[in-house]
Amino acid sequence: MSTVDARSGPTRPPGRGRRERLLGELRLWRPLDLLGLAAAWFVGLLLCAIAAALVLYMGYRGVQYLSLDLLISRPEPSPDQSQSGGILDPILGTLLIIAIGTVIAVPIAVGAALWIVEYGRPRWLARVVESAIEVIAGAPSIAIAIFGLAFFQMDFMAWASFAADGGGGVFGRSFIAAGSVMSLIALPSIFAATREALQSVPGHVREASYALGKTRWATIRRVLLPTVRPDIATGTALGMGRIAGDTAIIVLLLGATLQLQSGSDVPGLGVLQGTGSTLTSYVYNNSPSGEGNAPEKAYAAAFVLMVLIVGLNLLVAWIGRRRAGSELPR
Amino acid sequence: MSDHRAERLLGAAAVAVVLTIVAMVAFIAIEAWPSFQHNGLAWFGSGGDVDEQLGDMVNAGADPSPAAYHLRAWPLIYATVLTTGLAVLIGVVVAVLAAIFVVELAPPALRAVVVPVVRLLAAVPSVIYGLVGILVLVPFVNDHVIEESQRQSVAYVVPLTGPGLLVSVVILTLMITPIMIALIADALTAVPRGWREGALALGVTRWRAVMSVSVRAIRPAIVAAAVLASARALGEAIMLSMVSGSKGFSPQPWDGIIFLFEPLRPLAATIAEQAEGIQAPALRSSVYAMALLLLLSALALSVGGSIIRRSMRLGAAR
Repeated sequence: MSTVDARSGPTRPPGRGRRERLLGELRLWRPLDLLGLAAAWFVGLLLCAIAAALVLYMGYRGVQYLSLDLLISRPEPSPDQSQSGGILDPILGTLLIIAIGTVIAVPIAVGAALWIVEYGRPRWLARVVESAIEVIAGAPSIAIAIFGLAFFQMDFMAWASFAADGGGGVFGRSFIAAGSVMSLIALPSIFAATREALQSVPGHVREASYALGKTRWATIRRVLLPTVRPDIATGTALGMGRIAGDTAIIVLLLGATLQLQSGSDVPGLGVLQGTGSTLTSYVYNNSPSGEGNAPEKAYAAAFVLMVLIVGLNLLVAWIGRRRAGSELPR
Repeated sequence: MSDHRAERLLGAAAVAVVLTIVAMVAFIAIEAWPSFQHNGLAWFGSGGDVDEQLGDMVNAGADPSPAAYHLRAWPLIYATVLTTGLAVLIGVVVAVLAAIFVVELAPPALRAVVVPVVRLLAAVPSVIYGLVGILVLVPFVNDHVIEESQRQSVAYVVPLTGPGLLVSVVILTLMITPIMIALIADALTAVPRGWREGALALGVTRWRAVMSVSVRAIRPAIVAAAVLASARALGEAIMLSMVSGSKGFSPQPWDGIIFLFEPLRPLAATIAEQAEGIQAPALRSSVYAMALLLLLSALALSVGGSIIRRSMRLGAAR
């Protein structure tokens, strides 16, 4: 009895035994398998290294070139961009575009998701709507942008931007144009988050509401929407991140003027009809491939953009964690 | 609000989305028509210098003759296919390995790092990738990778200055890999535990069990991930316009290693760069024709990808 016990297990600490067993197993593996294992570890660690390098490098450049002065002064048109002006207008432009895009996208996406889950009849139409949103998610943003250009250059859309004097055609580039086209970019993530949340609300919750004599619409407003609000917030934050990061639509549809320039004399609306720039287009135009060629400014703007994107992602994670905590009492 | 009106209102939001898509395809197709009409199928062919042809369109002015529509877009199409294809090929291998690492190999502490890292890489805007590419990778390639003799050997055809196929593919791979990792890791997690344990019980090593059971079971998911990622890569305009060298040139594979350094310009980047001169009717139509080609191929790819994914979900349920 005692000899067998002495040889197996109990004298060894369990952790070390596991590691030795693993090493022993690895010794029996074929070389090709070991190579695959090594490659998987290498790729996993490489991704971490790339991300760390990217964040550290952007952070380093950001700290190097960013100053409070740069953040609060307006860009100035000058031959040498690296010497003059700040990035206040691109920051405002980004916030304005995010606001316009979100304000348009949220009601449409939530409405479409509610209709699909709660009504969804006729069936074929529901299926068409679902694949339409899949199509938007898969369409290249440059194609969406150029569609927006064709749309907003039509004569009856002149109110959205401004028309040249003497029948030169509609300019078609403005905050209204870029913002409303951006709403298409944000739509799929808001829709997907809302739909999944609605589908995961148990049927008896709705039935309980109907049993109290509430109509469908009252159920949606009083029961379903409050329940799925965190998911709508998650989807919206993701959509905002996509809007903030998209460059193609801005390059084509915002006119790429450094400062916010009003399209008309009406206060407020004039800015919306006017042109401007966002952080993304500012980075693009000030990189060596653009006209500005002021890498210092581009790095500073890219750093601000990166902070914005990372902040939105942290927000998503934070909402997710809060939800996970309050998951049970549904 | 009455129930009936609520249904109408919500339905209207849903239908508006559909109408937008229909309008999108219709608008682009109408604008693109003259270009296809004047060139026929030769539009897709090669011949002449694309950049010169596009330049002539701007010079043709507001009332172009039919000859001004002349366009042979092959170098741009070839550049799109080349960058997308190479990036997806490399990306699939990387993504499968990374997904195995995340799901099967990484200790929990490391997994808690890798998952946010993948999410971060997916969220970084393309213009930042482009900026790092043109300010860090391109000078590096120009100074340390391209040799002077290689520069001399093709100097009479095309200047090698750093931006080109190599940098484009590297950054494009980095951009599309996170999406693929997410899809493949999801599928790997969904493989029933018992399947792998069955293989392990038969005495197979852990790596073999993963490769022969899990990875084999999720092959459709891998295909779907590759297809969806290539739809994303096709449409990448800004980053590629920054680091591709922006030249309507077809890199020649038989140039050997120089092939990797030759500049090119895919369709999407061309659209982004030519959008300035879009008031010239001939150029406008050509740019919309490129957009139509991109849009339709991206749609075909993403619809194909989701069909594969859906059929896989049914298969897994059985």
